[in-house]
Amino acid sequence: MAAPRSFLWSRRIFLTLLAGFVLLPVYVMVSSSLKPLQDVSGSFRWMPSGFTVRPYFDIWKTVPLADYFMNSLIVAGAATVCSVVIAVFAAYAVSRYRFRGKRVFTVTVLSTQMFPGILFLLPLFLIYVNVGNATGIALFGSRAGLILTYLTFSLPFSIWMLIGYFDSVPRELDEAALVDGCGPLRALFRVVVPAAIPGIVAVAVYAFMTAWGEVLFASVMTNETTRTLAVGLQGYATQNDVYWNQVMAASLVVSIPVVAGFLLLQRYLVAGLTAGAVK
Amino acid sequence: MTTLTTPPPSKERAAPPGGKRPSRLRLPARLRRVSLPYLLLLPALLLELVVHLIPMGVGIVMSFKELTQFFIRDWGAAPWTGLDNYKLSVDFDAPVGEALLHSFFVTVAFTVLSVGLCWLIGTAAAVFMQEHFRGRGLLRAVFLIPYALPVYAAVITWSFMFQRDTGLINHVVHDQLGLTDSRPFWLIGDNSFVALLTVSVWKGWPFAFLIVMAGLQNIPKEQYEAAAIDGAGMWQQVRRITLPSLRPVNQVLVLVLFLWTFNDFNTPYVLFGKSAPEAADLISIHIYQSSFVTWNFGTGSAMSVLLLLFLLLVTAVYLLVTSRGRKTADV
Repeated sequence: MAAPRSFLWSRRIFLTLLAGFVLLPVYVMVSSSLKPLQDVSGSFRWMPSGFTVRPYFDIWKTVPLADYFMNSLIVAGAATVCSVVIAVFAAYAVSRYRFRGKRVFTVTVLSTQMFPGILFLLPLFLIYVNVGNATGIALFGSRAGLILTYLTFSLPFSIWMLIGYFDSVPRELDEAALVDGCGPLRALFRVVVPAAIPGIVAVAVYAFMTAWGEVLFASVMTNETTRTLAVGLQGYATQNDVYWNQVMAASLVVSIPVVAGFLLLQRYLVAGLTAGAVK
Repeated sequence: MTTLTTPPPSKERAAPPGGKRPSRLRLPARLRRVSLPYLLLLPALLLELVVHLIPMGVGIVMSFKELTQFFIRDWGAAPWTGLDNYKLSVDFDAPVGEALLHSFFVTVAFTVLSVGLCWLIGTAAAVFMQEHFRGRGLLRAVFLIPYALPVYAAVITWSFMFQRDTGLINHVVHDQLGLTDSRPFWLIGDNSFVALLTVSVWKGWPFAFLIVMAGLQNIPKEQYEAAAIDGAGMWQQVRRITLPSLRPVNQVLVLVLFLWTFNDFNTPYVLFGKSAPEAADLISIHIYQSSFVTWNFGTGSAMSVLLLLFLLLVTAVYLLVTSRGRKTADV
């Protein structure tokens, strides 16, 4: 089917402009991170006057970036692992069993997606503070509190996506396993989980990205020692002198783990989104 | 379709423990079968309860209390004020209510524009990239960058670009193109709305792109072939086949985009900090400021509850309208 010239030209122009729009900040981020400070303190220049990798060394000293990095890794990693495991169990139940309250469960879980984060923030803040006062368990300001919060953010979406995935695994497979004497849990881990690996990877990527990029709760619920990258990165920008080259270098460094992971696993994520969105 | 609620009992019972250690807790098989799905759901249910449902209840209770900074250590002791927080929030003649109403209108305008543009750009990109051409895979990866970048890293970069003296935008607009007499401010004043919208669209459209691409894969090729035989051109095929077939996908997509954009906190917070300029004072930032900057949690909670009620209403109406549309379309 031959596309007409008008279509081809529209496509060329549109996609070029769009790619420019998308890549503009990426260019700014990369180029500014390699500029000397006087270049980023004056009027913007497309081409740097000099080339330096100093910002990449300085970022670790200006703010304790390594600590923030560690906090983000621990929080996002733990939230991801927990939320994937919990979502696998829940999605298996919904996909394979008929039980009372199934609809109520799925509707409730999905509708939490629409609630404004700010609605939970105030009460959770107070609950964590009060639990801390009453029991001595430090939830507020601790990594545990943040992990607990984050893992529920990705949970509804993860369950939703995994239900779609598990539904696409033929029931005969795990029924056969059950007949062969496997318990339901063994059937889940031996048969259903391996067959749904792409979906599980997708869910894990999504959960990690959610936790890695969250700002609101991180800014309220962390303290000096548990601060994540989302909050810590603002450390360069709130000083009187803004070290824009360092800000850009730090932004690039914190983006690399997720962007690399995403590009490696995007096939799965896209397939996962598809299964969920277009069922 | 068979379900596992009632597997053949003979086989279930015949399943031997297989010489393994007998499990510590041996419930009757029937009870185990019935309770199993609930056990599997238990962790998810507990978490939803602890982090979403209980806080929501607490939030509603809080909205009826005079919860200032003096009562944070013991919020139960805060005095009841009945509907005062709500009255304050919706008294549009007084400063608090007036600011909230203003913020609401800003948010509605912002959301409508952002969702519209995200949808438009995402759909156009997906339709243009439906057919294979050289560099398509690479371009797709490029288009997913805004989706993959952590929000704060991306938004900080935009805020650098929008800086008055050191930013790229003013360098192009003022220095290179000479469109303005002086360097405009982008992050304060009326321009901040444009800045916020730009960042939001940049960040949001790839999601629409992803979902629409997924939807396009479900359109049977035969439809296009049949249309081509009937003499329909490329543009006509897009209008007559592609867009109508996308309708169910679009209904979900627009709703999700709407809710995310309306509730978005991260973008304005990183772009403007704790208090946004008036022209870009999105409701989530506004509530955050009412609660954490001026330390009145009671009023902040009342505003949150009002926001939730509004979103529930919009979602319900939207679902009603779209499902009716679907029914008539099927007839």
